[in-house]
Amino acid sequence: MATIEPALPPVTERSNILRWARKNLFGSWYDSLLTILGAWFMYWALSSLARWVITTAEWEVVAVNMRLFMIGQYPLEQAWRLWLWLGFLVFLVGNSLAIWGKGSRYSVALLLFPAVLAFAFPFGDEPRKWLLILAVTGLIGWGIGRARPEVLKRSVIAGWVISLPVIILLTRGLSASETGFAPFVKTNLWGGLLLTFLLTVVGIMFSFPIGVLLALGRRSVLPIVRWFSVAYIELVRGVPLISILFMAQLMLPLFLPEGWTVDRVVRAMVGITLFSAAYLAENVRGGLQAIPKGQFEAAEALGLSGAQTMIFIILPQALRLVIPILVGQFIALFKDTSLVAIVGLFDLVGIAQTVLAQPEFLGLQREVYAFISLIFWVLSYGMSYLSQQLEVRLGVGIR
Amino acid sequence: MQLERKRETAIPFWRDERILKILGQIVFALLVLIVGALIYQNMQAGLAKQGISLSYSFLNGVSGFDLAESAFPYDRNSTYWQAFLAGLLNTLSVGVAGIVFSTILGVILGVARLSTNFIVNRLATFYLELIRNLSLLVFLIFWYLGVFLKLPRVKDAVVWPGDIILTNRGVGIPWGIPTASFPTFRLILLGGLIVAIIVFFALRAYSKRTGRAPLTLLWSLLAFAFVAVAGWFLLPVKPLTLDLTFVKGLNLSGGKILSPEFLALTSGLVLYTAAFIGEVVRAGIQSVSKGQVEASRALGLNSFQTLRLIVFPQALRVIIPPLTSQYLNLVKNSSLAIAVGYPDVFYVSNTILNQTGRAVEMISLVMLTYLMFSLLTSVLMNWYNQRIKLVER
Repeated sequence: MATIEPALPPVTERSNILRWARKNLFGSWYDSLLTILGAWFMYWALSSLARWVITTAEWEVVAVNMRLFMIGQYPLEQAWRLWLWLGFLVFLVGNSLAIWGKGSRYSVALLLFPAVLAFAFPFGDEPRKWLLILAVTGLIGWGIGRARPEVLKRSVIAGWVISLPVIILLTRGLSASETGFAPFVKTNLWGGLLLTFLLTVVGIMFSFPIGVLLALGRRSVLPIVRWFSVAYIELVRGVPLISILFMAQLMLPLFLPEGWTVDRVVRAMVGITLFSAAYLAENVRGGLQAIPKGQFEAAEALGLSGAQTMIFIILPQALRLVIPILVGQFIALFKDTSLVAIVGLFDLVGIAQTVLAQPEFLGLQREVYAFISLIFWVLSYGMSYLSQQLEVRLGVGIR
Repeated sequence: MQLERKRETAIPFWRDERILKILGQIVFALLVLIVGALIYQNMQAGLAKQGISLSYSFLNGVSGFDLAESAFPYDRNSTYWQAFLAGLLNTLSVGVAGIVFSTILGVILGVARLSTNFIVNRLATFYLELIRNLSLLVFLIFWYLGVFLKLPRVKDAVVWPGDIILTNRGVGIPWGIPTASFPTFRLILLGGLIVAIIVFFALRAYSKRTGRAPLTLLWSLLAFAFVAVAGWFLLPVKPLTLDLTFVKGLNLSGGKILSPEFLALTSGLVLYTAAFIGEVVRAGIQSVSKGQVEASRALGLNSFQTLRLIVFPQALRVIIPPLTSQYLNLVKNSSLAIAVGYPDVFYVSNTILNQTGRAVEMISLVMLTYLMFSLLTSVLMNWYNQRIKLVER
């Protein structure tokens, strides 16, 4: 009778830190050299950065001008309107996280972000109070959303749909005159992060539908529509954004009939929207091209019309495919809004220039621009992180 | 009978898709034309009110402003055209320098991202995440105001090894000054170029005949270098003399002085674009399947040959198209020179615009210029792409 020898257990590589270091840090002599150089560089960079941040840098310039950086010259006594729509947004975010976030433990941390901000940055007492209220609002929204997710779904979607008009209306004022309740605030007083945010949101909201239309136009069977779309997309993608912003500032008033005036901020918004739409169109086209022909044929076989096929079958699939690219484009748009400072608007960069022109803050360029870079960095990184989460949720590339 | 039935069931023209398509297009074209005509009319009326008519002839007038930097002699008596041309050449020099250096740095970053070395890998990733989420404009301004203008004043100038002088009025580097024999040397260089081209084609023909793969580019470069070095030493008078930068009063003199504006713009663009090029390179290398490497090792090719003959040509096909768009982005982004005061084509055009009030003309000229850059680059890159693309049966 043959005895079956028991199979040897698989070789288990004991992973300890030394073995890991040997494999990943000191594989060969040049590996070791690179490791040492890299480690030295890291130490040098981090220590000099830390030294500068803690000892050399004079951060009063940020603390004193915090309000300018955040809202520009927007009248302080009207700032409650901004807090109001911020609260509305945070409430919606809380609701949405509870309904669609499936109890992710990060969501609560995200809602506490305003509270973290309040203590991490040199805000005054008033904004600190508001930021804490924001955090509480978000948590309340989260709690309500968690209690009855199914009932709230529709109203939350409706809330998001009306959020942009609400934001614009509250920021600009409910009455047409500059007196009375919630008076009109001229756009030349909008500034800082507020203006950057508004330019970004308006840019995204308007360039997205135009971009989708242009992408459809480029794929159209009608030659005139196709040529027009191709010409527009290639023309805009061939020139720098700054030239389009200049065109919007200087030539847009010329293009309109006499007597029509367009606000400078609106001109910048038009420029950004027209520019971004061309890039979005190309991204959406990529998604449209990835949809197999069978989808069109199946839709036709089911008796759907051309428009129905597009709206119900093709676009939902195409857009889901390109979500990561679209978010990348939105982040680029957010970063590009800083260019409006060159045409004389007071967004974050424009405010930085005015702050540095104050005699008591001369020579503090590093501090001011480091602070602004930090704002841009955190917001862009946050957007890309959220988009990665969204990708996982929607199963992009899995289904 | 047949005919009659056809006529009966014929679709009325307002529901016939073929006719509807044509009609729809006509309506669309009419709409575009009407809007265009309205815009044109409004523009004409607006310009007439300002007392200007659309014309580019003002560009022949005397500019009356100075430029900080120009590739050819330019002063305030030159014409607007010359100012525009000087700006164009400045844009080109930033573009060329930016493309060369960002490619080098980008390739290093891309390879570093794939490195098995933990620290190198993480450093490259960290750099990418840092740069990708910054606004280029803020980055450029930071380099200009926060770094290059914060260098010591001329009288406290810092000297780096290699006679590089760093001051807040610019960075001076050693440069060659042509001597009497320089024209001859230029001819020798031309001869070297011809020799290199001959070597290149000879090796290509050899490679086609024998199926071997000699290092064509390397040998041609060596041939050129050989002729150049031989010429340098054989000439009785050296064609270039070394000129060092030195401090003269409150200014720098001699050598080549790179202005803070140029340095800020170029280094900012290079550091920014390199992060994106690094990602392009990484994606390209990763697109070559592992089986290719294993197969080539199995055929007995060493790792250098594998990289040169198997991985690189295949990776290049994936890399070229996105790399082109990064180059175009760099050139378009160089228009941000206006934020750091470097007189590129956009900055100069804006100055002309402010002086003459000719918004329509100048903006259209600038847009046309950048469009030309874009079209030229994409034509060149498409041609190159055609050449290296996969030849299938």
